[in-house]
Amino acid sequence: MLESRNIVKKFLNKTAVDGISVKLSPGRVYAMLGPNGSGKTTWMKMAAGLIKPTSGEMLYEGTPVGIESRKHITYMSTEPYFYTWMTAGDAGRYYADFFEDFHMDSYLSLLERMELRPEMKTRSLSSGMMAKMKIAVTLARDARVYLLDEPFNGIDLLARDEIRQTILERAGEDKTMMLSSHLVEEMEAIADTALFIKDGRLAEEADLEALRTERGLSMADRYREIYGHTEVRA
Amino acid sequence: MDFEPNRPIWLQVMNALETDIVTGRRPPGDKLPGGRELALHYSINPNTAARVYQELEKAGLCETRRGLGTYVTEDQTRIRALRMELAQNAARDFLNRMETLGLSPAEISALLWKQEE
Repeated sequence: MLESRNIVKKFLNKTAVDGISVKLSPGRVYAMLGPNGSGKTTWMKMAAGLIKPTSGEMLYEGTPVGIESRKHITYMSTEPYFYTWMTAGDAGRYYADFFEDFHMDSYLSLLERMELRPEMKTRSLSSGMMAKMKIAVTLARDARVYLLDEPFNGIDLLARDEIRQTILERAGEDKTMMLSSHLVEEMEAIADTALFIKDGRLAEEADLEALRTERGLSMADRYREIYGHTEVRA
Repeated sequence: MDFEPNRPIWLQVMNALETDIVTGRRPPGDKLPGGRELALHYSINPNTAARVYQELEKAGLCETRRGLGTYVTEDQTRIRALRMELAQNAARDFLNRMETLGLSPAEISALLWKQEE
């Protein structure tokens, strides 16, 4: 469905993504993991077609991502992106103008579940409320690929449960979900595949139930193994 | 339900359903939730939920009727056998724990009799 082939992104003085090849399948929920600066956000922005790779390819159904693929890929970035004059309702109408697959009714019901009201001004939202609104506009689209960058950040425990549920409701056989988060525990039960990103590269793609069965490791345990500084000096 | 993140999640959900079957919370012939509903009920990955039903079916504890859904087995013998399997597992866990604490079989047995009184 979505595939990156040896994709590289260099900025002026650093290489953010350093040759990631990965093929995402429909019907799966991926957890993208890695410390700050490991390249997760840059990879997602390239998948969303917002920034161009320096080299390599990002393909959706075999074609480079671009205007066409944006109809099928929904992306939630970490930064807020609504005009301050907008109400939550305006943000929905704004999205509806851009995306054919945006469903206003499901947006309104998501807002309600997140305890937000359409007349609320985005400028007066707390950071947690803003995070919930971003989730609502992103998940109100009936897309094929959902890219959610840090969907649990800055959100209280109960709302995190609600977000997990809405992600699972959206997941389906023909859809690919990709979540990135530092809150590894939030994703243990809902993801089936982990992508561990280290220094701009894919360190490992792991089937989580296989990891538990074969090695008795949780995703968090494997995270510590990959990123922890436990090497013994000779 | 809280999961132990380092044990297979399908197995933990399967165990929860097995307990429901043995206690009659889900009686013989009862219709089980669909895969999607199960995923939402336990907040688990849909593929994990599908695995739960595959394994329950393999164990002879439920059956999928084409186009209708998944049902708890009506085989009472199988359910009685399941009760014993679950009891044996619990006994094994208990004995392992006692062994860790350094109790002899005689001490364990004495402890159990004392609890009964």
